[in-house]
Amino acid sequence: MKLESNIPGGPIAEKWTRHKFELKLVNPANKRKFTVIVVGTGLAGASAAASLGELGYNVKSFCIQDSPRRAHSIAAQGGINAAHNYPNDGDSIYRLFYDTVKGGDFRAREANVHRLAECSNLIINHCVAQGVPFGREYGGLLDNRSFGGAQVSRTFYARGQTGQQLLLGAYQSMMRQVAKGSVKMFTRREMMDIVLVGGKARGIVVRNLISGELECHEADAVCLATGGYGNVFYLSTNAKGSNVGAAWRAHKKGALFANPCYTQIHPTCIPVTGDHQSKLTLMSESLRNDGRVWVPRKAGDVRRPSDIPEAERYYYLEEKYPSFGNLVPRDVASRNAKMVCDNGLGVGSSKRAVFLDFGDAIKRIGENAVSAKYGNLFQMYEKITDENPYKTPMRIYPASHYTMGGLWVDYNLQSTIPGLFVLGEANFSDHGANRLGASALMQGLADGYFVIPYTIGGYFAGNKLDKINSAQAEFVDAAKSSKALIDRLLSIKGKKTVTEFHREMGHIMWENVGMGRNKAGLEKAISALPGLRDEFWKNVNVLGENASFNQNLENAMRVADFLEFGELLAKDALYREESCGGHFREEHQTPDNEAKRDDDTFCHVAAWEWKGENKPHELNKEELQFENVHLMTRSYK
Amino acid sequence: MSEENMNLTIKAWRQKNSQARGNFETVKLSNVSPDMSFLEMLDVMNEQLMKEGKEAFAFDHDCREGICGMCSLVINGMPHGPDNLVTTCQLHMRKFNDGDTIVIEPWRSAAFPVIRDCAVNRSAFDRIIQAGGFVSINTGNAPPASTLPVPKANADRAFDAAACIGCGACVAACKNASAMLFVSAKVSHLSYLPQGKPEAQKRVLAMVEQMDKEGFGNCTNLFECEAACPKGISVEFIAKMNREYMCASALYAERVYSADA
Repeated sequence: MKLESNIPGGPIAEKWTRHKFELKLVNPANKRKFTVIVVGTGLAGASAAASLGELGYNVKSFCIQDSPRRAHSIAAQGGINAAHNYPNDGDSIYRLFYDTVKGGDFRAREANVHRLAECSNLIINHCVAQGVPFGREYGGLLDNRSFGGAQVSRTFYARGQTGQQLLLGAYQSMMRQVAKGSVKMFTRREMMDIVLVGGKARGIVVRNLISGELECHEADAVCLATGGYGNVFYLSTNAKGSNVGAAWRAHKKGALFANPCYTQIHPTCIPVTGDHQSKLTLMSESLRNDGRVWVPRKAGDVRRPSDIPEAERYYYLEEKYPSFGNLVPRDVASRNAKMVCDNGLGVGSSKRAVFLDFGDAIKRIGENAVSAKYGNLFQMYEKITDENPYKTPMRIYPASHYTMGGLWVDYNLQSTIPGLFVLGEANFSDHGANRLGASALMQGLADGYFVIPYTIGGYFAGNKLDKINSAQAEFVDAAKSSKALIDRLLSIKGKKTVTEFHREMGHIMWENVGMGRNKAGLEKAISALPGLRDEFWKNVNVLGENASFNQNLENAMRVADFLEFGELLAKDALYREESCGGHFREEHQTPDNEAKRDDDTFCHVAAWEWKGENKPHELNKEELQFENVHLMTRSYK
Repeated sequence: MSEENMNLTIKAWRQKNSQARGNFETVKLSNVSPDMSFLEMLDVMNEQLMKEGKEAFAFDHDCREGICGMCSLVINGMPHGPDNLVTTCQLHMRKFNDGDTIVIEPWRSAAFPVIRDCAVNRSAFDRIIQAGGFVSINTGNAPPASTLPVPKANADRAFDAAACIGCGACVAACKNASAMLFVSAKVSHLSYLPQGKPEAQKRVLAMVEQMDKEGFGNCTNLFECEAACPKGISVEFIAKMNREYMCASALYAERVYSADA
């Protein structure tokens, strides 16, 4: 398949402006004749639904939760980047663009990243106007803080709940459209399948999670904003319900999946305590502004942290990376934490943890100032661990967090299925191999508020769409195969629970396809997963019936998708014989253990095409061009 | 079993669907670690039930880090259980003792009908927000973010109110099933900010009207809502909403607050 990225011509700073002009428009009076389905109500989905509704399109919005206010964007703590340069410290759209391309280790698409940087300031303006209570200075103007991978302060924040406040802003805008009738909301619905008519995405089949009924919804275009696949590792910072299902079902209908091996392991999470653990809790990266990361210099040092003198503490990030110190990008911080723990320097009962110490910050600015900045995070840490981080250093360890890979999209955010658009974390385009902190919120909102409203119009104006209805064969067939899947799961009546399978799979993925990857491990995962999948389909125990609120069944379907998807992730990681960003192949590292890219062979997007059950995926490549930020070795030393 | 681990008796509310009659089901659990979160304890319970061929106990949850507002259990008579300022998902088993009996019920309010077991329907909250819990701004309309300074104290106060997670514990805790804390949090958040001012009066009237329509009771100043709130939303916001409501009602006759009124 030839992948057309549809990147407009011209200088990087003019591409988006030119493209917006060149896109065909839909007359205001005609917009109401088009129906758009938006699946997912996180930042990308809610902002898209609100903006498209404001423009006059008929929007149908779907989410798995009981309310569109709950998607996992809400848990983002630290902040959102923008290039306003309010601190007067040298920021610009170009610098944000530059930092993001470099932070992504030269595996993102330049044109998309520049557009993202251009939209960043508009997002802040819009969110302030919505009433998002960003942190302010005493003079009443907006405050900024710094984040990993940048040497300017460009992160806007709302205490430690930035994602919550931004999502509520988008949710409220969307509720306003619901009241006006331009957005129709369907909660507690899970997308089962995407429906193609004449090769174009024209609708979806959803399962009503309360009644079990399969509902068919037709539309003129479908937007997926269904988030990432971090739960493929079982333990992650994602919400329990986060899943790859919608993206995976679209993939099986023809949407290519790009760079699944680009997964982000976040450096500052609360360590695992036992087998009962159901998820991992993130501590915002903003903590690295004031917290110092260290481990004892001596292996097996079990003294209390306060008893270990300064000279016997190994501040490994500050020593190895003097110019960025504790604020190196996430992939670098995570890998170093793993390395010191592998060398036996880990702390806590599991020895898989490092200290994040606020002692110096409290001495410097006082406990009150620390509390004003991070109070809610400190409280959360104390509730979970029963330790007071004002008195004793936090213990942290990396955990699966964000996934940069996703469905392949062109510059218009359109997948390889015409009429299927993919927004936010669910697509692959803007973060390359590593996402910098505070840029996920930026991307979700840029896609929803400022990109899709233009590009979807171009699609409608440039394509002839036949009249269809949800009673026609394509819908009936899709609903039938969804029903067959459900019936099959309910008929197995095996011995193992869904969670047992998920946990087992997560263990395979984390050990072999996690922070450090090598050929032998990846091959081991690739050979283990099909067996586990077979066992799942023979021995899983899904109780109850379809026609009820059946969380066990919901979960079984999600795990079934992960079991297929995990194999593609491992295969992509095996294919990519280089290290870049969050993808670290142990065979490919520099003498001082930094990631070693191979730009001659792998400066491309690997987009995988589904060829049918039990057939190998086909690889398609999109070559990446770096015309503005020139390829170089990333250094944060 | 480690020394600290606990044996517990769980009495959980089971109800097949919104029409069915419910009842408590008793489950014995052993070897519960004090490091487990409450929901992880329920995961263990569900695994045990399913191994016995019984359907899992249904409860809402998602983020499991205290921010999405989805989890919602009344534990030993207290919404979100005995710990202060946490949601059920952040409540840990170290707050309980070996041999305890723990009673688990759904949010109880006519406006929150039970879907199954302890999962309830809170769409009434969405409809209250639809009535006016927003600023009418279309994408693309916004002025530059720095044009309007907001005194830090007001921004902070607005944030205090905006921290509401919409879980509904305030309703569950109130003997009148009043939603005043939830509604006042949104009314206050937006009215403390200059961006929310133009619609403040219209907003408070519309949201209160919808709140009444949904069947929530009125406030009788018992402050159980504040005590139950996992985010510490203050009842002072209810007082603020009452003042806003009074002013708006008085000015309503003049119809000065909105061009389309």
